[in-house]
Amino acid sequence: MKLPDMLIPGPLKKPQKPGGGDGAGPVERLKETPADLVGWVDERTGGASFLTGMLYRKVPKGTNWFYTLGSATLFAFTVQAVTGVFLAMFYTPSTTQAYGSIVHLTNDVFLGEFVRGMHKWGASVMIILIWLHMARTFVFGAYKYPRELNWVIGVVLLILTMVMGFTGYLLPFDQRSFWATVVGVNITGTGPLVGPYLADFLRGGAEFEQTTLARFYAIHMLLVPGLIIALIGAHLYLVVKLGTTAPPWLEPKRTKATVKEERV
Amino acid sequence: MADPADKSNGPAGAGGLPSPDPPGYFEGESMNRRKALTVAGQAVGGIAGAVIVLPAVGFAVAPIFDRPEERWESVGPVSRFTGDTYKPVVFTLVEGIGEAGKTTAYVRRGDPGTFSSESAGTYIALSTRCAHLGCPVRFVSAAGNFICPCHGGVYDFEGKVIGGPPVRPLDRFQTRVRDGQVQLGPRYSVTSQLDPVRYRDPGEFTGGIWNILYPPRPSTPPAP
Repeated sequence: MKLPDMLIPGPLKKPQKPGGGDGAGPVERLKETPADLVGWVDERTGGASFLTGMLYRKVPKGTNWFYTLGSATLFAFTVQAVTGVFLAMFYTPSTTQAYGSIVHLTNDVFLGEFVRGMHKWGASVMIILIWLHMARTFVFGAYKYPRELNWVIGVVLLILTMVMGFTGYLLPFDQRSFWATVVGVNITGTGPLVGPYLADFLRGGAEFEQTTLARFYAIHMLLVPGLIIALIGAHLYLVVKLGTTAPPWLEPKRTKATVKEERV
Repeated sequence: MADPADKSNGPAGAGGLPSPDPPGYFEGESMNRRKALTVAGQAVGGIAGAVIVLPAVGFAVAPIFDRPEERWESVGPVSRFTGDTYKPVVFTLVEGIGEAGKTTAYVRRGDPGTFSSESAGTYIALSTRCAHLGCPVRFVSAAGNFICPCHGGVYDFEGKVIGGPPVRPLDRFQTRVRDGQVQLGPRYSVTSQLDPVRYRDPGEFTGGIWNILYPPRPSTPPAP
């Protein structure tokens, strides 16, 4: 699926192969840079070479639909971020008003039920996509050298997404979310030595109180999303830098070196 | 340095001439101005970072060390409670957060005839918070048992575990009588022998080595 060439701004067109072009150097290219907005920005940032390098990077033969699961997860996260911002405009993180504000935004606000539904179901979709993405990486052996660090970052991202699920579950503040949080915090408390203090930290005290809801809200919408965005950046950087792996059913390319190895 | 007479501190400059020593250089020097300023710059940056981060972290963990004031609440006249069955009472555990701050307790009069450890004129108040993971238990008077809806914990009339996953008997509240009214106070936990201990969260064992593995929290009052 390719965009028609005329729709792509000049600086973002696929770069010429070195040696195969018309011999235009950087100076000639600069002269050719169109006086449009994209060209104006590119002249001052050099962002086009970064973008073209990322968008036109080489991918191995055999790349298939399974390789889109990571992008799908990123899309699910974007949906959560956008819908979350709009939900926050109507939500009140107060133990006496939280449930009322949720009822209001679900029943009275225009499209409120739809936006809340996207956020609620999108959360499950994101978790499912993460597991599928992880399974693809595992089954294709894409976690092996030199991509181990990216696997580790991915696992941290999975844990952070679980934290999002746990903290977000409390926010509607109905019976189900209240008792689920009570049980979840108490499970944390059963860890020996540090458990009781961790539970106190989560609740902001020995009992469930206003601080608990405010804390969960702050963790859910400020702390963890920031960490997730930063780690997604590192994850993508490593994907672009290291490239993707070919599917395991493709034979490795035979070169003089590998043939020699086979003989030994 | 192979040649002790060679005082140059770097590779030979252009033309094969040794680069001149900087002013104040001496043999065996380990700190120069560039290094000193780098260390000083990093130290200032570190201090500036700590000034921001440490108070923020302290602010976030401070509630762990904060013990709320003891509160006592009247739950009814002494005549309301008998020794043979429990009466449910609803009272406020945490103020200012509406229904979420309320809890139910089951109260009865001490019954020395049946339970030798109890004395007449005292009141027993059992918390409805299940000792497994904190769901609310219900007293089933026909069976004389407390039953938890979440994972099937069962407690006998005294609150001792007789079935399911709970790890210790039901918590209790301190009781006292003021002006003919029964008052409930701070919560405490009990061991399997019903000895009082500092209250702890559900799911945590009491007694023996568990008093070390689940250390006392500064946010809870000591056992009565």
